[in-house]
Parts: sequence; structure tokens; C-alpha cells
Amino acid sequence: MTEALIRIENLKMHFPIYKGTLARREVSRVKAVDGLNFEILKGETLGLVGESGCGKSTTGRAIIQLYRPTEGKVSFEGRDLCKLSPRELHPLRRNLQMIFQDPYGSLNPRMTVGDIIGEPLRVHNLAAGRDVQRRVQELMDIVGLDPRYVRRYPHEFSGGQRQRIGIARALACKPSFIVCDEPISALDVSIQAQIINLMEDLQREFNLTYLFIAHDLAAVRHISDRIAVMYLGKVAEMANGKDIYEKPLHPYTKALISAVPIPDPEIELQRERIVLTGDVPSPINPPPGCVFHTRCPFAFDRCRRDVPEFKEAEPGHFVACHLMDEPKRVADDVPGVAAAVG
Amino acid sequence: MAMILRRLLPKGTRRSNHLGGLAIFGAVIVVLVGLIALLAPWLAPYELNYLDMTRQLEGPSADHWLGTDENGGDILTLLLYGARVAVIVGLATVSICTSVGLTLGAVSGYFGGWIDEVLMRLTEILMAFPGILLAILLIFITQEPSLLAVIGALSVSGWAGYARLVRAQVLSERDRDYVEAARAQGFAVWSILFRQVVPNIMAPVIVQATFGMAGAILAEATLSFLGLGPQDLPSWGALLDQGASYFLLTPHLAIFPGLAIMFTVLGINFLGDGLRDVLDPRALTRH
Repeated sequence: MTEALIRIENLKMHFPIYKGTLARREVSRVKAVDGLNFEILKGETLGLVGESGCGKSTTGRAIIQLYRPTEGKVSFEGRDLCKLSPRELHPLRRNLQMIFQDPYGSLNPRMTVGDIIGEPLRVHNLAAGRDVQRRVQELMDIVGLDPRYVRRYPHEFSGGQRQRIGIARALACKPSFIVCDEPISALDVSIQAQIINLMEDLQREFNLTYLFIAHDLAAVRHISDRIAVMYLGKVAEMANGKDIYEKPLHPYTKALISAVPIPDPEIELQRERIVLTGDVPSPINPPPGCVFHTRCPFAFDRCRRDVPEFKEAEPGHFVACHLMDEPKRVADDVPGVAAAVG
Repeated sequence: MAMILRRLLPKGTRRSNHLGGLAIFGAVIVVLVGLIALLAPWLAPYELNYLDMTRQLEGPSADHWLGTDENGGDILTLLLYGARVAVIVGLATVSICTSVGLTLGAVSGYFGGWIDEVLMRLTEILMAFPGILLAILLIFITQEPSLLAVIGALSVSGWAGYARLVRAQVLSERDRDYVEAARAQGFAVWSILFRQVVPNIMAPVIVQATFGMAGAILAEATLSFLGLGPQDLPSWGALLDQGASYFLLTPHLAIFPGLAIMFTVLGINFLGDGLRDVLDPRALTRH
């Protein structure tokens, strides 16, 4: 068993909503991330999936301290990042990098590619003068860009090329951990595979650990070692990729998996789907008990009352659902669906 | 001329856009006024202090192309030197206003919170006052109508507009991903604000500055017309004021300074309009 690179304990990220100008007071909070517990192992890719607005991007940003978490611990190399002052955090930042979703918005349009990739080196005093230039060209080569383009501006590149620039920038300081915030969602399908392959190659070559945030289950399955499914600021289920797809335990995961199209019309016709009704409740006022109970086809009274514990149902397979304690209910309540998914 | 202007524009805009005809006309006037201001002593037919008491209030002639004033001074000479006052007041006021407005507006927009509240309430107070009235009041209080006083008085309220413009731009820019990326990289706050964000919001500020320049020249003329301008220098506004008293007798005395002010302000506004079209982010083409 490899050791954990990052350990997250009871991570909460609440955004206060203020009212009034002179006498500003907090009227409520958006509970974007509300109590996460998991580990990211050295060298693995942890996929983080969920609907939009479930807090997956916030989780990524809170881990690398782009947002300072409201509560909880993020341990990295034995230190709690949340407790460090900005000054103490600065030298650690080079280890924690991020690749953004939008390859258009994430590159400064007024800076050359050379500056975009080279600036982090200067900020962290990793190189100076000619060394910066040399390292930038080396990085461009690594991510598959022609080093001759170093003086060009972002608008002169295609979406895929820009994403490569973003990756080169993230790699510049030789980080150990990279948050990939939907890095392929904005790209053409034909380019997505190239970028995924590049990221896998880089992971092997530089021993990187990824937190891969996505809403595309197929892409996540391909790249991830383990997958965590988030719903309304909480992790519903977490297991290795195979288990999540083949024997999901949480009703929400089952619904997500049943929505993935299967490229075979006969199977597609036969299988039954769990179609969730209603919308995701507001994270300002999440439902009591299990946050999923308002949309869960199997919910019973305990779900409306108690918050389910996130615990190990099978070795390495964590899930937060009361049904785990009462396995009979799944089959009894909605037999057709359970059979199809199971 | 047009080529040079295009060169000056930020990268990524100059390739696919060009200044229109009116803007180039405006640019020509602006450059012309600038050159006149710079070369006034060499261009002027007479010295600045030249007076010919025997030839007062004369119309245009071969000796005095634009005629003479009430003291027998050469109007062309005075107008050429007057360009200096206009250019100095315009440039200085706009530089002060943009630097102050840019800094305070950027800080206000980026940090928000109470800094933002305080600064924005201050700009509102300043903007609620007609700028020229405030300038008149300030010069009247200091009792020292000089070039510096005019620049100072116009700058006191002038920066507020820039601050609000910059703040609005920074607000829309600060949550862009590239700013977040810079934060994740560990860039210092000031470096993010002034090296990453500010270069991206300069286009509307440049446009505003051109219009501000025209406004400052006009305001200086107004102050001088009211006798609150620099006393020892030939300002277009002061010449206009002088000419106004003799308007029925010798209209050229007021007409020529008036034309100088009009064409300069018009030229700058044409240039500003052109720059706005070229620098409009919606006109930016992506390749």
C-alpha cells in the first residue's frame, strides 16, 4: 500500500453571503464543501465526479489553498496547509499546481507563452536569466509544443495547444500534486484523447499525483485509479474505478452510472435507468440527514433524520448511505431498478 | 502616421483592425498641436513679449497673419505659444488623473471590502460636484491662478472617473482563470494586480484618457476665460476672453483662439473615438 500524499479531514468550505453595506452582516452561507474525509495516495490519480455545483472544483481549489478552507485539515508532507500563513505557504505552492478547464481564460492574453510558462520559475527563484529561457523551451518540448513559438501570444494557438501551455505552466516548478479541474471538458473530442494521453505520460515520467475533476464518467474511468463521487458538498462514495462502475453501492452513483450510454443498442434498450427527479437542493440550505434523500428512490425515515457516516463498506470501498446497514431495503422498495443496476 | 499609431497599439489588436479616416485626421491634429507646442519659439514670427503699441487691434495683414491684440501683440505668436499651455495642462492633468485613478480603482476593485466602500463613496462625492466648479472654487481659495494651480485643481476631481472605470474593469477581470492561476503559482498580490490584471484593462483607460485630455484643455480654456488661468502665459482661453471684449469691433481676436481650441478638442475626440473602435475587446479577433 502506498502512502498518502494528501490527507483531508473534515474539510469544509463555506462562502458567507453578506447583506447591507454599512452594517454588513452574514445572512447565510453557501456550503460548497461540507465535511470531506479522504486521502490522495502518492502517484495515483483520484477522479472526482459529480454534477455541476456539487463542490468538486471548490474541493480542488481548497486543497491547494486557492481558497482558505473554513474548517478542517489538509495535510501535505505532514503539515496542515490550512494552518500555514501565506508566507509559510509560499514555498509549498510550487508543489501544488493546477490545470484549468478553460484554456482560453486561464492564460493571460497579454503575456507571451514564454512568460506564462517562465514566470512561476522566477516567482519561486528556481531559475534566472538564460536558464528560464532554456527551461521554458524544455517544458514546451515536453508537452509537445514547438519551442520556436515561445514569443507568441495565447490567441495564436488552438484550444488543445493552449491546454498544453497550461500543462507546461503547471509542470514548470516540478510539482508533486496537480489539481486537474476538468482539463478536457472544453476541448474537442479528438483533442481530449491527446491531452489525456499526455497527462498520463507526464504522470509516469515525473511521478505526479493527480486530482482529476470531471463530469465525464468515461474519461474519469480511463485515467483514474480511484474515483470519488460527490453530491452537494459531500463525498457519497469512493472506491477504485472498477468497483465504482461494476458494483456501485450508493444510489446516487448507481443513477450516474446508469446514465452512461453503452455503445450497444441491444443492451441499451434492455437496461433500466434510474432517472433522478427534481433538482439538486441549494447548498445554502441543504436538506437535513442524508443530503441525497430528497431525490433518492430508496430513501426511508432514517435518511431524513441522521447524517450517514462515510465508512468502509468493503475493503477500500467507502460509502455514505444508511442502506448499507439495511441491505434488504434496496431490493424490496424498487425491485426493477435494483436488479438492473446491480 | 497611421502606421506609427498602429504600432503603438497593444499586440493582438493591430493586425486585424485599423483606424478610420476621422481618427487619422484627429491623430494628425494631435501630432500637429504637439509639434507646435514643442517648436513654438522657432515657428513663431515674433518673440513672445513682442508688442507694437502703434498697431493695436489690427486685422490680418502680411506682417501679422492673424492680426494683433489690444496691446499690439501678434496673435499668431500668442496662439503658437498657447499650444504649450494646452498641451502641458492636458498631459499633466491626464497623467495625474490616470495614475491616481488607476492605482486607487485597481486596489478598490481587487480587494473590495471597506477599502472599496471608502474609495467609491469618495469618488461619488467628487463626481457629484461639477468638476469645473470645484476647480474654480479651489483656485479662488488658494488665490494663486498659476499653471500648477490649474493642473492641481483639475486633477483633484478628475481622477474619480478613471478610478470608477478601472474598478469596474478589475471587478470583471479579477475572477478570470488566469488570475486564479497566478494566485495558485504563488505570485505576490501586487504583481498579480499590476502585472497581470492591469495590462488587460488598459484599452478603455487609454480611450478615456484621450477624452480626458480634450476635457482638460477645454477646462483650462474655461478657467483662463474666467481669469483664473495661468496669468503670465498666453493661454487660448485668456486670448478668447480678451477677444470677447472687442468681439463687435474686431471679431478675429476671439475667432482664432476659438478655432484653435475647437480643432484641438475635436481632433482629440476623433482620435479617442477611433481608438475606442480599435481597442474594443469585441473587435479582437482570435486566430
